[in-house]
Formats: sequence, C-alpha cells, structure tokens
Amino acid sequence: MPAPLLVPAVLAVAFLVLPLVGLVVRAPWSAIGPQLTRDGVGEALRLSLLSATLATLVSLVLGVPLAWVLARSALRGRSVLRALVTVPLVLPPVVGGVALFLVLGRQGIVGRWLFEATGFSLPFTTAAVVVAETFVAMPFLVISVEGALRAADARFEDAAATLGADRWTTFRRVTLPLVAPGIAAGAVLCWARALGEFGATITFAGNFPGTTQTMPLAVYLALQRDPEAAIVLSLVLLAVSLATLLLLRGRWLGRAVHA
Amino acid sequence: MKRTVVLLAIALTLAGCTGTAGDAPAGGTGTAPTGPGLTGTLTVFAAASLTDVFTELGDQLEAENPQLEVQFNFAGSSALATQLTQGAPADVFASANPQQMDVVSGAGLPRGTPVVFAENVLEIAVPPGNPGGVTGLADFADPDLALAVCAPEVPCGAAAEQVFAAAGVDAQPDTQEEDVKAALTKVQLGEVDAALVYATDVQAAGDAVEGIPFPESDRAVNEYPLAVLTAAPNAAAGQAFVDLVRSEEGQQALTAAGFRTP
Repeated sequence: MPAPLLVPAVLAVAFLVLPLVGLVVRAPWSAIGPQLTRDGVGEALRLSLLSATLATLVSLVLGVPLAWVLARSALRGRSVLRALVTVPLVLPPVVGGVALFLVLGRQGIVGRWLFEATGFSLPFTTAAVVVAETFVAMPFLVISVEGALRAADARFEDAAATLGADRWTTFRRVTLPLVAPGIAAGAVLCWARALGEFGATITFAGNFPGTTQTMPLAVYLALQRDPEAAIVLSLVLLAVSLATLLLLRGRWLGRAVHA
Repeated sequence: MKRTVVLLAIALTLAGCTGTAGDAPAGGTGTAPTGPGLTGTLTVFAAASLTDVFTELGDQLEAENPQLEVQFNFAGSSALATQLTQGAPADVFASANPQQMDVVSGAGLPRGTPVVFAENVLEIAVPPGNPGGVTGLADFADPDLALAVCAPEVPCGAAAEQVFAAAGVDAQPDTQEEDVKAALTKVQLGEVDAALVYATDVQAAGDAVEGIPFPESDRAVNEYPLAVLTAAPNAAAGQAFVDLVRSEEGQQALTAAGFRTP
C-alpha cells in the first residue's frame, strides 16, 4: 500500500475510533447491569429504533422519487431545488426544530389549521419525533440515491424505452434494480442519522419518557446528573446500531452490492 | 486614511502586549476598586438564567476596562459543571444551584468558598392572553392542557418536582425540557399553554409571556453561588467581576431582572 494513502487512512481510523475506545474504557462495567435495567432505558431504545425506522421508510417513499427528479428530469431550476432540499444538512438541527414549529406547530402556518379543525397538535407526540428525524435525515438519502442515479448507465433505460416500456415501468423494472445498492446505502445513512438525531427532536418533539424521549435525549439528560449512566446509555445505542448495520450488511446490503 | 490604519495597528499591538502582561497572576482577592487596569480575556461560565443580567454587567466591566474582553458561556449549570471538571478554561463559575457548585468544588476548582449572590423562584409562564386559562399550579394536573416543565435532571426540573410535591399536584406535563430557556421558548411560540420557569425568565421575556406567581414557589428557592476558579487564566478580572456582581450596583441589576437578593 502506498504510504501517502496508508498514513492518512490510519490517522483517520484513529481519529474516528479513539473516542469510541474512550467510551468503552471509561464505562463503569460493574454498574452496567443496574444501569441497563433502569426505568426507561428499554423504552427509550424501543422508541429510538421505531422512530428511526419509520423516518427511514418515509424518507424512502418520498426521497427516492425526489432523487429521480433531481437526477433525471429536465426540470428548470434543478440546481436551486437541489440546494433547497439539502438545507437541512447545513441547518443546525435546533433551528430545524424551531422551523418545524413555525410550520407544523399548533400556532404554525399549517399546524394552526389542523389544530383548529381537529384539536390535534403534532408537537410532543411520537409522530413529531418521526417528523423531526425525517427532516434531518432524508437529505442524506436523497443525495446518495441521486449520486447512484447519475452514476448508473442511462443507456439501459433508453433500451427499455425503445422496447416500448413507459417511464414508470422503466423506473420500476430497470432504474430501481440498477441503483438498489445506492438506495440501500442511502437508507442506512439515513437510518443512522435519524437514530442519532438530537437537536430537532428535543426542540420540536420535546422530551417525555415513553413518548418522545429517544436514546440521544436520554443520554443528554443522564449526562446532567450521572455521567456514568450517560456512558452506559451511549454504549447501548452504539452496540445496537452497530449490530443492526452489520446484520443488514450481511443479509441484504451485502447481496445488493454483489448483485 | 492610511494613517488611521497604521495608528490602529499600533494601538492593537500595544493592547496585545499589555494583554500578555495582564495574564500574570495578580493576587486579587481584595475587594477591588477595579480601575482601568484589567486586560486580556475574562471567561465567565454562568447558568442560562443569568444571560441577560450578566451580559449587562459584562458590558459594564468592559466599558470600565477598555482593554478587557469579557466572554460568557451560558448553559445549564450541570453542563457547565461537567465542562469545568473536564478541564474547560474559565475564570468564574456562577451556578443556578449549590449542587452543581459542589460538583465543581469536589474537583477542587473554586478559590475559597463560593458565595450566594442571588436567589430565584419558579413562576408559571403562559402565552399572552393565557389561552389555556391557567390560574395556578393545580392546572399542571390537567391532561388536556399542553404543559412544559424542565427535566428532573436539571435544576429547574428538580425545583419543579419540589413545588409539585409541596402543593400535592400530580403534574401531567407533555414535555420535560432540557433547560429553562427551552421551556420558555415553547411558551413564546404558543406551543404550550403553560410552562414552569424561573421568575427571572418571565421578566426577561417581557411582553412575549405572562407570569403567574404561586405561593408554593417558596418551597424551592434556588440559591446561586459564584466563585473565581483556581485555574483561572485571568483571576484579577474574575475577582473584579465577582465584586461587581456583589456590589450594590450588581445587586440592583439582579433585582431588576427578577432575582431576589440574599
């Protein structure tokens, strides 16, 4: 391996992995059992996995078509559109949370209406957690899938068209299988981002155990009183997300990549 | 024009030099006619509820000492205590409760004994016009209202638990916010009908919220301790700031901001 690649790569690994080593080394291993069985840990974990998965599903349903529009359509102002939909990537998540309030809160542009008509208000519900996570995480999926679409050979689609397939059929039967690995990678990225989401969630969905308190929120609040508990909770989140990603890679992502 | 630039450059260089000189430990435990002698940067870690009044006092200290720059780190007291015990460089720590000052004391960080310089009590904050018709602490048991309190892990949440216990109210909040400003923001945005915040936060928000005091607030009086830190890079300026806060002027500013003074 050439040194100009190897040395920076080793540095990168050290930089990314050492903080995790720090967590593992500093973890109060003897107290880990009681910490894990404490009230609310299981609930927060369940809520985290549920909301991140739902946010990923919503992002797939809405984000893949959006990526297609950005990559394939002849829409004018596409670059402006692309910049706009990636705004959540640069927006501080807390600001994103406030912005969601201004639209979907019970005093918001859309939310006010919904509240007056039905008495339902979105903030402080589990649905609000999913909304906040989707807002922050969907751009990761869109960018990944758009990249995959651009890299995919458009001649397959042209061939399908010449054989009489309409654009929708072409999309389903040719484009989607072609970019499946890109979609899978984007979905994983999106899920991971949603799982770690903190700022927009605590702002827009608030924090209540069992309803809106996801693991990152539980970790943050544990840090206020009991740093050891915060380390344990962080490790749990880490272990569960790593296990999930490894499982996916073996079961599904791996197959997609080698297909 | 060019001359102005040159003069400015010289002035800045000079300021830089004296800044370095000022970093030397200057004793500074005395009661402080501060004079124009303070230089360098003063770093104050202070509870979020002190944001407005400390910013004002910091501006004043800067005006009296043109070569001094005052920097604040406002956050929840427990977050600040964690940062300090992890080695964050600061000259002064002002906590919203004695417990977090104890955390810092446990690590041997304050010089001398911290002093209590202000007290704060809880108050109910409601949006203008009080759309939820909230009248007192008992309304926090109403599941139909949208209600915010602080999380029990942070000082304002611990105080909330105390007043609810004292009043015998089984609170049904919709959210437990990570700090008091976050709880207040929810009121300002009109997303909750009421939040339990500090009297000072209601005062600071002006017309954006209405405050409803309640008698049980006396059961959870938050004392604010303040100390110059052992590792203070600029202890002289730190002591000057502590003295300013404790002066009659400082105490008046605190009262105006809704604090009680000890």
